[in-house]
Amino acid sequence: MSTKNPNRIDNTFANLKSNNRSGFVAYIMGGDPDFDKSLALMKAMPDAGVDIIELGMPFTDPAADGPVIELAGLRSLKAKTNVGTILKMATEFRKTNNTTPIIVMGYANPIHHMGYATFAAAAKNAGIDGAIIVDLPPEEDAELRAAFETHDLALIRLATPTTDDARLPIVTKDTKGFVYYVSVAGVTGKALGQSADVASAVARIRKSSGLPVVVGFGVKTPEQATSVAKDADAVVVGSAIVDTFFKHGHNEAIKLIKSLADAAHKT
Amino acid sequence: MSNFPDENGRFGAFGGRFVAETLMPPILALEKAYREAQNDPSFQAEFDHMAEHYIGRPSPLYFAERLTEHAAKDSDNNKGAAKIYLKREDLNHTGAHKVNNVLGQLLLAKRMGKTRIIAETGAGQHGVATATLAARFGMQCIVFMGEVDIQRQKPNVFRMKLLGAEVRSVTSGTATLKDAMNDALRDWVTNVNDTSYCIGTVAGPHPYPEMVRDFQSIIGRETKRQILQAEDRLPDAVIACIGGGSNAMGIFHEFIDDKNVRLIGVEAAGRGVDTKFHAASLNGGSPGILHGNRTYLLQDAHGQINDAHSISAGLDYPGIGPEHSYLHEIGRAEYLSATDDEAVAAFQMCTKLEGIIPALESAHAIPRTIDIARQLGDNGLVIMNLSGRGDKDVNTLADILGVEI
Ligand SMILES: Cc1ncc(COP(=O)(O)O)c(C=O)c1O
Repeated sequence: MSTKNPNRIDNTFANLKSNNRSGFVAYIMGGDPDFDKSLALMKAMPDAGVDIIELGMPFTDPAADGPVIELAGLRSLKAKTNVGTILKMATEFRKTNNTTPIIVMGYANPIHHMGYATFAAAAKNAGIDGAIIVDLPPEEDAELRAAFETHDLALIRLATPTTDDARLPIVTKDTKGFVYYVSVAGVTGKALGQSADVASAVARIRKSSGLPVVVGFGVKTPEQATSVAKDADAVVVGSAIVDTFFKHGHNEAIKLIKSLADAAHKT
Repeated sequence: MSNFPDENGRFGAFGGRFVAETLMPPILALEKAYREAQNDPSFQAEFDHMAEHYIGRPSPLYFAERLTEHAAKDSDNNKGAAKIYLKREDLNHTGAHKVNNVLGQLLLAKRMGKTRIIAETGAGQHGVATATLAARFGMQCIVFMGEVDIQRQKPNVFRMKLLGAEVRSVTSGTATLKDAMNDALRDWVTNVNDTSYCIGTVAGPHPYPEMVRDFQSIIGRETKRQILQAEDRLPDAVIACIGGGSNAMGIFHEFIDDKNVRLIGVEAAGRGVDTKFHAASLNGGSPGILHGNRTYLLQDAHGQINDAHSISAGLDYPGIGPEHSYLHEIGRAEYLSATDDEAVAAFQMCTKLEGIIPALESAHAIPRTIDIARQLGDNGLVIMNLSGRGDKDVNTLADILGVEI
């Protein structure tokens, strides 16, 4: 790996491991409520303890999201956010931070419309490290994966409680960076799954993929973050942050992020 | 050509399974169960029995004499007009073709041991059909319907409730059919174990476009038999309106390999395909990914989905089934459109001339059927799929005509 293209994801997990602690991944909706406020939040996240940033790309029809993220996406679209704007956020962020991984998360159509190859090149240029595309299961992601491989970007896959032993190798094969375990069968923002289930699922996925496993969906409080982080390599919080940022603004969102990050790092 | 899709659910470049990982296992399980059912003669026998005794099939293929006379009257160069036959799906139990598909899917759900059925609906016809068969099979039924559609299809909302279904009002997005589908998918992701999602058209992830087409293809099989009996020849053209495209695929499928039969779909042009207010995905859209498949969509320059517009709730959808996208690209089917105004005029004309009140959806096919009949002249033979009856639309018509009822 050249120094010009640092592998920020692998470095991040290596650092966490050498410090013997779990990481904290925070999701925000790019462009919500507008470009400037969203970018300011993004820039403040690493100092608040965020190890990896998940940057949401809005879509009109987010069929895998609950109301909090759906409404955030609609606010963002109203502020004229598009894939280009999201890339610009990453570019701006990279001007002052070259270590925190940025993973964009969204739905296939906007990047399909741009063209997967064009998107991959532009994402690399903007300093993005990987992507999670919710409606591209392994059966449909070959084309995007090829474009990502050209630019050494990670296409991160999701495993869920419905991903059984027979299917897990299909999901973990060709996966890069880390595997995202969606701990509940449901939309974003739902209640947390049983912790015992999470522990065994993480062990199973780690074994199958040989990669770090981050766990998300339904984590809202520092207590939950600590409990999930015990089993996972990192814990993801999305809806709770998006909701707090929308209702109470930047400072409260950062306060929440700090408390969640501290709770995750405790383990 | 009639054996598409391939094993990945692709019709050429269209179709596929663009769903969240949580839904992959259930759609793979559904596909497996469907393959087993296809190979089980008892499944087909139960379908046929219920189709005959509960739905009232076969539906008649009716020679629309006065519609034909009307077409002939103002025909091009006094060529006369082709004979117009109507396939009377409006006479099915629950009033539309939708029930054919629901029968197949709920028999399959029963076979898979599912006890909770969810569905999306636009005009309410698919919701009513699902509520009806769920009642018949003793299953719990939840229908997702956009708030806007609930307003314009009140009689159907009440019918669903009478049938014991819960109607969930969907307020997100444009509060129409596409948003109802989003919410149904959200419900399914959350309740995958006991729930079966009964999709109302030839859209969604594989195997839905194939499966729904297969269940609806009873329309075309009957039609072919009936027209051969009545006219001793195949028609020159088969015409159907297009929302997601299930009544059209249902009547087209049997004729796909009959290269001399023109297949014509009619999309909803709303206030015109050159305005922002239409639902014509093939005539005014481009390929994209929505609701589990790659197909033609109404979308903006950034790949965000545009709102569709049609006076008829059942056509008010920004996508189209992937097989239609494929038939369009290879040129096997032609896709025309009809505006709101044309549909409203045709609704009244068909009612007055034939004593048949068509669904506003089906009414979109009438003006193009008359055009084709005139082009063909009096040696021609055309069949239009009259996909449903218009009782549900009388309030909408009264509003348009400024009549209080
Ligand atoms: C009577 C009738 N025709 C047509 C449609 C459109 O659906 P499709 O294109 O799947 O046949 C509907 C949908 O609600 C309908 O109720």
